[in-house]
Amino acid sequence: MDRDALQVSNLKGAAAAIASGVGRRDFLKICSLAAAAVGLPASAAEKMAARVALPRKPSVIWLQFQECTGCTETLLRTSHPGAGDLILDLISLDYSETLMAAAGHQAEATLAQAVKENDGKFILIVEGAIPVKEDGIFCKIGDRTALDIVKDVASHAGAVIAIGSCASWGGIPSADPNPTGASGVPDILKGKSVVTIPGCPANPYNLLGVVLQYATFGTLPELDAKLRPKFAYGRVIHDDCPRRAHFDAGRFAQRYGDEGSRQGWCLYKMGCKGPRTHANCSLLNFGEVIGAWPIGIGAQCFGCTEKELAFRVPFFQTVEPEQLGPPGMYPSVNAKHGEVSPLATGLAGVAVGAAVGAGIAMTRKLGQEPVEKDGGEEE
Amino acid sequence: MSHAPATPVGGKLATPFFNLLALVALAGAVALGIRFAQGLGAASGMTDGYAWGIWIALDVVVGTALGCGGYAMALMVYVANRGKYHPLVRPAMLTGALGYSFAATSIVVDVGRYWGIWKIPTYVSWWNFDSALLEVALCVMTYVLVLWIEFSPSILERWRASGTPGQRSFAESAGPRLDRALPWIIALGLLLPTMHQSSLGTVMMLPYSKMHALWFSPLLPLLFLVNCLFLGYAMVVAESTLSSNGLGTRRDTGLLGSLAPIMGWLLLLFLGLRFGELALRGNLGAAFVAGKYAAWFWVETLLLLAPAVVLLGKKARTRASTQFGAALSVLAGGILYRFNTYILAYDPGPGWSYFPSALEILITAGFAAAQVMIYLWVVRRFPVLSSATPAESR
Amino acid sequence: MTTLTRRQLLQGAAVAGAAGAAAVAVPSTAEAAQARARQPGDVGLLYDSTLCIGCRACVTKCKSANNLPTDPMNINGVPYDAPDDLNATTKTVIQVATQGDRFAFVKRQCMQCLDPACVSACMIKAYQKGPDGVIGYDQSRCLGDRYCQIACPFNVPKFQWSKAVPVMVKCEMCRHRKEGPACSEVCPRKAVVFGKVPDLLVEAKRRQAASPGKYLARIYGEHEVGGTQCLYLTAADMPFETLGLPKVDGTPQPHLSTSIQHGIYRGMIAPVALYAAIGFAVWRNTRKGDQEKKP
Repeated sequence: MDRDALQVSNLKGAAAAIASGVGRRDFLKICSLAAAAVGLPASAAEKMAARVALPRKPSVIWLQFQECTGCTETLLRTSHPGAGDLILDLISLDYSETLMAAAGHQAEATLAQAVKENDGKFILIVEGAIPVKEDGIFCKIGDRTALDIVKDVASHAGAVIAIGSCASWGGIPSADPNPTGASGVPDILKGKSVVTIPGCPANPYNLLGVVLQYATFGTLPELDAKLRPKFAYGRVIHDDCPRRAHFDAGRFAQRYGDEGSRQGWCLYKMGCKGPRTHANCSLLNFGEVIGAWPIGIGAQCFGCTEKELAFRVPFFQTVEPEQLGPPGMYPSVNAKHGEVSPLATGLAGVAVGAAVGAGIAMTRKLGQEPVEKDGGEEE
Repeated sequence: MSHAPATPVGGKLATPFFNLLALVALAGAVALGIRFAQGLGAASGMTDGYAWGIWIALDVVVGTALGCGGYAMALMVYVANRGKYHPLVRPAMLTGALGYSFAATSIVVDVGRYWGIWKIPTYVSWWNFDSALLEVALCVMTYVLVLWIEFSPSILERWRASGTPGQRSFAESAGPRLDRALPWIIALGLLLPTMHQSSLGTVMMLPYSKMHALWFSPLLPLLFLVNCLFLGYAMVVAESTLSSNGLGTRRDTGLLGSLAPIMGWLLLLFLGLRFGELALRGNLGAAFVAGKYAAWFWVETLLLLAPAVVLLGKKARTRASTQFGAALSVLAGGILYRFNTYILAYDPGPGWSYFPSALEILITAGFAAAQVMIYLWVVRRFPVLSSATPAESR
Repeated sequence: MTTLTRRQLLQGAAVAGAAGAAAVAVPSTAEAAQARARQPGDVGLLYDSTLCIGCRACVTKCKSANNLPTDPMNINGVPYDAPDDLNATTKTVIQVATQGDRFAFVKRQCMQCLDPACVSACMIKAYQKGPDGVIGYDQSRCLGDRYCQIACPFNVPKFQWSKAVPVMVKCEMCRHRKEGPACSEVCPRKAVVFGKVPDLLVEAKRRQAASPGKYLARIYGEHEVGGTQCLYLTAADMPFETLGLPKVDGTPQPHLSTSIQHGIYRGMIAPVALYAAIGFAVWRNTRKGDQEKKP
């Protein structure tokens, strides 16, 4: 991005946004939220606001393959302050099969044009898995396989973001026995840097944060080994779970609707995958509705962000927590017991010493003079 | 076969030594108060790992063995029919009665729920015949009574001679009845120690998985029985020497000397059984593994082997210092064997350690002091010791 | 000299009695004799160290189910109910065993031996094995002599050291609860399973067979001290000894001492005979020796 072009203090664009129906307060708020989510300082929110207020908004191409459109739907259904609308105002969504009016050859032409116009600059967002078996014939758009499309478009993109578990690592389509060979974007675009935002669906704010950071600063957030932004996937659900205190105290719901379940106890025993699932669900509410996530409504986390868990490990099966408490917190099998006081040692020494000493002295005395008065009495 | 009759030693009771004992006993009494008010944890160094400490190992297990002088002497006089040892019986009975009484008292102090002890002899249907400890408890309780009855002629004698009219008439009427019953009581006094002293060995066979190989043995009952016998004889020698020195009573070096070979052979029997059994079971190697176990094992062995050699020699027959020194060594070795079987050889596992607390030691010391005090009071007031110059009793 | 022979005879008889009983007892230890066979109704726990996550739900629930007070321990100045071992306020505890950089959890509670040392030790049967094999404790009989603590190969019974009116504290498998043991009920991972012992053995072997190489090919408690009703599974690289479970053989702990005790005191014949012999000797000797023989 051309940072010099940014006019930080110029909020004219923001004013335009206000004019377009979004309140300035809401506008800044959503930018702050996105900035905070990515871990940028508050000043970055103003920069982001300034950037997206420019006439030329960041161009986004949104491709959909083997998916349920859940991620798009979630994005659109963020309610307060209408993030869906806002995102559409923040970016220039140049291609999206769900949202665009165009269809057929017209749509394909739009895609080609968008790629051409923003060659090397646009953000490619992929939703859905890509089948690779039989040369990818299981998913075709305009007579081109998904495999072909994604490779082609990605080669021109400035950044590639895989949203949702399907695009990130295969998701539901890749569940055993995976007849279509459904794969995630990183598996297809080997060698190209891809940001994955897994989740079923993914939290739209995590997407927003990444998009705005790239649009504003031209950088991508720091990623973990599975290409997930660390700001959102650095910790397991378990670490920040609102029910964590019940886990620590050993209070577990045994089954749906029982006493513990009604009391809001830990769901681990019912197979909650929180202890192994990396996501920020407990910290960043979906659609700004507090508690609107599985654990929040009394259902166990099923590990949607984790390839090893979701659609693989049975629902009610418990998992080994990723991080157990350090061993130092537990008593050792050889816990130390018993103490010796100096006073006791001294007393014992005096007692034994007196007995032994008196005995030896007596024996000596006896050896010298057989009849002797005033001797010690021993028990 | 005549010898000087036993007479009260008389004299002033409150000697400086006696007062010192009183001080120790008083400290023990204070410690006892803390134990009963605040529980065992406050007054002892015992833990859940080492649930038994010196109150059991010293006061009970060693204390009763030191009280076996009466048992050992009665065996000589009444079973072996060696009347010449008769003058040694009364003081030995007194030490035994005191030793066992204080052992029984120590049990009351040591058990957590002492107020229920009466249930042991009364609830016969509850008895668990698997428990060696039950056998010990019943025997010790009975034996305390038996010992005091065995000692009672001294008291009756004194009452008959110089008691109040009531005491005199009681002594007159009880004396003959006691005389008739005495053989059977004496026999009981011989049977009971045989039973419970061996059972004290059996007690430590139950936790065999926690016992060190050098002390655990299927022969523990037998070893404890032999051990209590030589400890009993050694106690007679030591006590006789001490009272002659401290109180000016008679010490028959020749008579005590004739006990020497018996002790010597008992010691050799003990060591033979111990080493033989260790060798037979292939555990003797543990005695050569450097460490505290081997060290204490050899200390015990030397403390018993050295006097065995001495006691079987000629000097022990005639020299008081040799007899006394050997007896002390036997006492030390024998006590150490019992103590080590109950404390050192018992290993509840890693992490556990035991050392008696100051209050715990004070209570044990207080009991020992009180015992000596009562002994001194009794021998000064009642006919226990022979004070005259010995007539040759051969 | 006739009397001396009699003495030797009598002494010899006593000695031989003890030694004979010992001789009987010694060889039979090698056979690992089992006094009590497993009953189909025996209940117990199966603890699987490989599944335990150390959440201590069992410890917490055990305390509330048994009305046990807390055992506060300050960790960084903050008090926690953190017992470091079984104790007067703790009937079950989770401990950690370390081996190199590996660690594993272990749950401790009464093992419910088939042939329990505590039952054998107690003078007036304060411990008794119930119809389901669970060892119950009756405090009205308990004298607090703590021989059970000395005897138990697993150091399970605990004494209330800080009380002037103490009792023993030991897991009784929640025999007061209809629902069964609290610890297994709350365990989130089936690391603690309650059930009939034959079923538990099947389950343990099933787990071992289902994950080849994961488990050590042994079930602690199947044969130890003649068998216990609580069984342990551990990871292949975590020996039971490392978990703090004592190395014991297959001999029931009380076997040796009871066989000696019963050997000597069978039908009280030996003591009665000995008493009669001694009584006769004493009677003869005092009659002959007359007055001066009396103490």
